[in-house]
Amino acid sequence: MTGYDFSLAGARLTALGSGALWWTAQRLLCVSDLHLGKSERHARRGGSALPPYETRDTLARLSDLVSALQPETVVCLGDSFDDDAASRALPDAEQSQLAALTQNRRWIWITGNHDPAPTGLGGEQMDELYLSPLTFRHIANPSATAEVSGHYHPKARVRSTSRPCFLLDRSRLILPAFGTYTGGLRSTDPALAALMERDALAILTGAQALPVPMPR
Amino acid sequence: MSDTAPALPAAIENWFSARGWTIHPHQHAMLERAEMPCTLLIAPTGGGKTMAGFLPTLAELDDGTHEGLHTLYISPLKALAADIKRNLRTPVEEIGLPIRIDDRTGDTPASRKRRQRADPPHILLTTPESLALLTSYEDAARTFKGLRRVVVDEIHALAESKRGDQLMLALARLQTLCPDLRRVGLSATVDDPQAIASYLARHPDPCDIVLADPGPAPDIRMLETEAAPPWAGGGAAYAIPAVMEQIKAHKTTLIFHNTRAQAEIFFHNLWLANDEALPIGIHHGSLDRFQRERVEAAMVRGELRAIVCTGSLDLGIDWGDVDLVIQIGAPKNVKRLVQRIGRANHRYNAPSKALLVPANRFEVVECRAALEAVRENDLDGDPRGPGPRDVLCQHILIAACAGPFDEDELYAEMTRAGAYATLTRAAFDACLTFCATGGYALKAYDQWQRLLQRPDGKWQLRDPRAAQRIRMNLGTIQDADLIKVRLKRSRGGKPLGEVEEAFAATLTPGDTFLIGGQTVRYEGLREMTVEVTRNPGRKPKIAVFSGTKFATSTQLSARILAMFKQNSWPTLPRHTANWLELQREVSELPRAGRLLIESFPHDSREHICIYGFAGRNAQQTLGLLLTKRMEELGLDPLGFVATDYATLIWGLQEVTDPAPLFDPDALRDGLEGWLAGNAVMKRSFRGAATIAGLIQRNTPGAHKNRRQATFSSDILYDTLRKYDPDHLLMDITREEAMRGLVDFGRIEEMLERTRGCITLRRLERISPLSAPLLLEVGKVPVKGAAEEKLLQQEAAALMQQSGLDKLPQ
Repeated sequence: MTGYDFSLAGARLTALGSGALWWTAQRLLCVSDLHLGKSERHARRGGSALPPYETRDTLARLSDLVSALQPETVVCLGDSFDDDAASRALPDAEQSQLAALTQNRRWIWITGNHDPAPTGLGGEQMDELYLSPLTFRHIANPSATAEVSGHYHPKARVRSTSRPCFLLDRSRLILPAFGTYTGGLRSTDPALAALMERDALAILTGAQALPVPMPR
Repeated sequence: MSDTAPALPAAIENWFSARGWTIHPHQHAMLERAEMPCTLLIAPTGGGKTMAGFLPTLAELDDGTHEGLHTLYISPLKALAADIKRNLRTPVEEIGLPIRIDDRTGDTPASRKRRQRADPPHILLTTPESLALLTSYEDAARTFKGLRRVVVDEIHALAESKRGDQLMLALARLQTLCPDLRRVGLSATVDDPQAIASYLARHPDPCDIVLADPGPAPDIRMLETEAAPPWAGGGAAYAIPAVMEQIKAHKTTLIFHNTRAQAEIFFHNLWLANDEALPIGIHHGSLDRFQRERVEAAMVRGELRAIVCTGSLDLGIDWGDVDLVIQIGAPKNVKRLVQRIGRANHRYNAPSKALLVPANRFEVVECRAALEAVRENDLDGDPRGPGPRDVLCQHILIAACAGPFDEDELYAEMTRAGAYATLTRAAFDACLTFCATGGYALKAYDQWQRLLQRPDGKWQLRDPRAAQRIRMNLGTIQDADLIKVRLKRSRGGKPLGEVEEAFAATLTPGDTFLIGGQTVRYEGLREMTVEVTRNPGRKPKIAVFSGTKFATSTQLSARILAMFKQNSWPTLPRHTANWLELQREVSELPRAGRLLIESFPHDSREHICIYGFAGRNAQQTLGLLLTKRMEELGLDPLGFVATDYATLIWGLQEVTDPAPLFDPDALRDGLEGWLAGNAVMKRSFRGAATIAGLIQRNTPGAHKNRRQATFSSDILYDTLRKYDPDHLLMDITREEAMRGLVDFGRIEEMLERTRGCITLRRLERISPLSAPLLLEVGKVPVKGAAEEKLLQQEAAALMQQSGLDKLPQ
């Protein structure tokens, strides 16, 4: 396993090098900010035609994880689609790829700020999920504890290498973006620095998940 | 003077004679050729080149009957356009000619730009980018109505870059609007005038070349210093006292550097040695515009005794008072050296005076070789390939902004630009498809394509609002990601200039660096601006600018190898000759027909030094390819460093049989495999994708902090490589990288030159010629398994230092 094991509010969790979170006791896999359909949205809004392969790539990486881990529950932590129209415009091949994934297990779409409406693609839709002792929601609530969220696409720099990362302290875990076409917000950004406690960790993604003190 | 010279209008003739001026022969020659479709004038700086370009215009506008735009003047620099406006207005006003002159650049206010489109002046002075923008408007035909002449200044510089390619495509467009348009190019001395002429002319029109008297040979020498230059490095700090003496002995000195970082360091050191407090300024492309303009203005007023500068002053403003040019560091390229020397003594017929200052011992040899090349007037130059296709893509988008276009007509128009004369219809079609749909193997989201074909077969923008975005992203100048630097104040302090984002990322509060000659302290990053305070007196970290690192030209490298064949070196300073003699004694000197490799232990590591003389970029590529091969062969390479003449590789195992490493086929295969994932390719991709319009740097209403929403172009590159490796942009990227940063052509040339003759010298210790490489900066660690291992060590160390590893997890 290429993961980093840790506890949050008593739950034993593993941050995977791929940027996904694994909860062994619940057989739960959690990914955040897939931003499926980004190139379609970009083209629709008059931007240039980005290579239309990001949905295929994101789903392929997700499928690999699902095959390897056989989760009973998958939680997508919001901003799964770049917008609602993007979820409706998925090409047939990608629709069936997604449908195959959502079958045979519990699949939860948490609402994000990009994709508020139901997807109609199978699975359940909810604003947040409570699974004792953890709460899963899209955007961190500064006063919450035992919380798992996404939204910020955190990344951190160690040596001269900058990578997407998890951020972890006693109260919360923030997941990196899993989608192929996603950028990142540096851990030094005031928004993240204010949210995380002083002794927070940044867990870098990569071949091996690597914990470091969160760069501020 | 020619007997057949047409008479100038009397008023102009009188103005000249009232000043006691005579018209130069080449200015007459330009008047004689006023009706030719295309003329290229090659003249040294100060030869009245610009006036030669404008005289026919002044003569034609003399009677005041012309309506609308008559002459477009295009220069690579905004400052030059403004300068010419001033210089041209003086004679026009004094002669009393009925001519309106105006300039138009990125700095021109929008209101004036609008007025110019509706009611253009007789003479418009502009840049390639502003011209491209003008041709993108629907009323372009009206704006350019009546246009007779176009004058392209400093065309030798434009012809070396994509800006020139864009300009020539714009001229092809103008020629369609104004079929009788005549073209004039003004150029400094170049190696191949015919190549520039074909570049300028409407294909296949002929282009006459007028060669002005090149003037007296320059007075150029190597600076003699008491201290010998150091073994390595590029700062030339050793030469500061001698340079200071030269500044004192001359009226105005220009001190050229090859990189901005070196210019900053040198300026800093020069200032410390400036005990007489002489007025000395600094000028380079990363400084804030106002700072640069202040220096330029002080220069024009003759207030400065010296300016430390980079290529930003290679072109342009005529400063008659410059009486000395100093080049710090080997010039790398003879043609550029000659052009820089020309910046001194802009008075015609006075010899230019210049000094070369080698920054290190090897550069002494290189400077000597360059001096001989200048003396023999042996200029170097590599022929440029066909016009780049990313510029072509941008031009198609520009055409679409101006209104619906017919693809056959557009194709025909483009092939009338010299650089695109050999463009095939298939290549054009691929670019058009890319612009229209993205050109992906997977057909997705066709309903959102950018260009649509109308029922009448013409192409137009699907969404007319896209024109604004396209115009905002127009141009071919590629900057690294730069961040502004400002003094910290409550309401936004004075802008000082820009540094690279990668450099800014390495700073922590309290770090100091040099910018514009001052030492500043990094305070923090606010809204993507680096905030600093002044902090004199402390030893600074150095601002890192990627700049372009020029590789020593093929021809200069060949001259150095030829010098190595001599029995002795009477023309070289003693210290350098001794060094070469010592190398010959303990090892040998590299030769053109043989590849010399030295192998020796040093500092408990095995080293090999490969003297390829292929230029910095190719030696760098060679380092990457060889270390990859060595890793496969279990030779455990740890890192390498490259200079213009050699690559030094260190590792754990001794190399006893180098031949298999240099098998051309294996190297080519290695290139294919390695190139794909390489940072150089990603950089080339970003450039091509931005120019071709896939990546938009500017979007209307962009927020200040869009970091989360934007993602790096590297991701697009990786995605295309995985799912669509034959995509047009991947093809363009490969082509560019091979020509520029990878420079594999020169590796091929080296292999060809040495034909498998490899000499391996096993030495007990480091050799005189290889020693400087150990001191070079820019060592490249071998990535791969090692990188991950180092990162893990660093992470563990950080956890331990912070005590976080003890916390219960």
